[in-house]
Amino acid sequence: MSDSHRDSEPPYLHPDYRATVRRAPTRELVRLPPEWFHQLPGPVFGRVPVLPEDADLTQQHDGRPLGERIIVSGRVMDSDGEPVRHTLVEVWQANAAGRYVDPVDDHAAPLDPNFTGAGRCLTDGEGQYRFVTVKPGAYPYRNHENAWRPAHIHFSVFGPSLASRVVTQMYFPGDPLMPLDPILQSIPDERGRDLLVAAFDLALTEPEWALGYRWDIILRGRNATPREP
Amino acid sequence: MDATPRLESRRLSEHRIPTPSQTVGPFFGYALPFEDGDDAVSGHEAMRIEGQLLDGAGEPVPDGLVELWGGQQFKRCRTDSEGVFHFTVVKPAAGVEAPHLDVTIFARGLLRHLATRMYFPDEETANASDRVLNLIDPARRHTLIAHRDDAVLRFDIRLQGESETVFFAL
Repeated sequence: MSDSHRDSEPPYLHPDYRATVRRAPTRELVRLPPEWFHQLPGPVFGRVPVLPEDADLTQQHDGRPLGERIIVSGRVMDSDGEPVRHTLVEVWQANAAGRYVDPVDDHAAPLDPNFTGAGRCLTDGEGQYRFVTVKPGAYPYRNHENAWRPAHIHFSVFGPSLASRVVTQMYFPGDPLMPLDPILQSIPDERGRDLLVAAFDLALTEPEWALGYRWDIILRGRNATPREP
Repeated sequence: MDATPRLESRRLSEHRIPTPSQTVGPFFGYALPFEDGDDAVSGHEAMRIEGQLLDGAGEPVPDGLVELWGGQQFKRCRTDSEGVFHFTVVKPAAGVEAPHLDVTIFARGLLRHLATRMYFPDEETANASDRVLNLIDPARRHTLIAHRDDAVLRFDIRLQGESETVFFAL
């Protein structure tokens, strides 16, 4: 990562997010020459059986989930703005009530029998991805008194190299919980935080069906070596 | 958080700001592990790797995700309540560097993932001349080399503390 982008990444240690205190590494990270590490090709997922229905989180059960149906779409690009094609994008999220299917989640909000909240897709030839889902609810967590996570969708993206791997979260514009959230606010630079907020997009919105949110993802490094799909 | 600075930051420029990382959180278990993620390899060449992910108090990290990549094998394992992860792999061939696997660690409390490597204990000669191991303080190199423990290779990952694992800058 170049120095000019450093403030756009969260630090490992951010005491306001308490779980970092015992988990952030304390020793200096070892820097390797980029050609030894950052430019090495990463895993390729062309043979992972990704099905079209994996990208529609509202069609994974017999009935339709409760909540506000939304379309989330955007492009995965490298730092030069070149599309990252045929790369695996995975998402997971709470349901509209703010509850995850994961058994670890003990928030007293209802599960939705028609919503699992996990999806995946491969980007297309232009680097585009598209998911149909419901807008996730905010939920409390035990970081500090009256702590609530803003509504968010978790994203995991691989890209072409080891350096391009990213796991992050997409937020929704105008959410009043964002300024209060130590996880989002761990990013020192406002421009960096803004990159995690989707934009409402009327062009992506489908009349009488679903609101559209656009969110592009920029991976680190250059997509110099095209990978086989 | 309005749209204006966002658009400015996306103006076509020589180099775009990469999308920042955020923690994987505690609730990924049902979404991320691959089916047959850890034990898909079999046969006499396969070896089992077991390890424990530990925090600065020496406590297990029960909500971590470990990814492993090397020799065209990609594996993923969620840690269990004891912080334990396990993989079955074939040892990658030696190249310019000694045989090793790239290891990536995600967890609640890790705002960014961590990158390390696992080397093999029966490759003393290759390890001794490995260019990456040789960049590392000799007192810390052992944190990157698995050790044999009966039928398995043990590779513990310590996020902090006396024997903090060596992690690489991303």
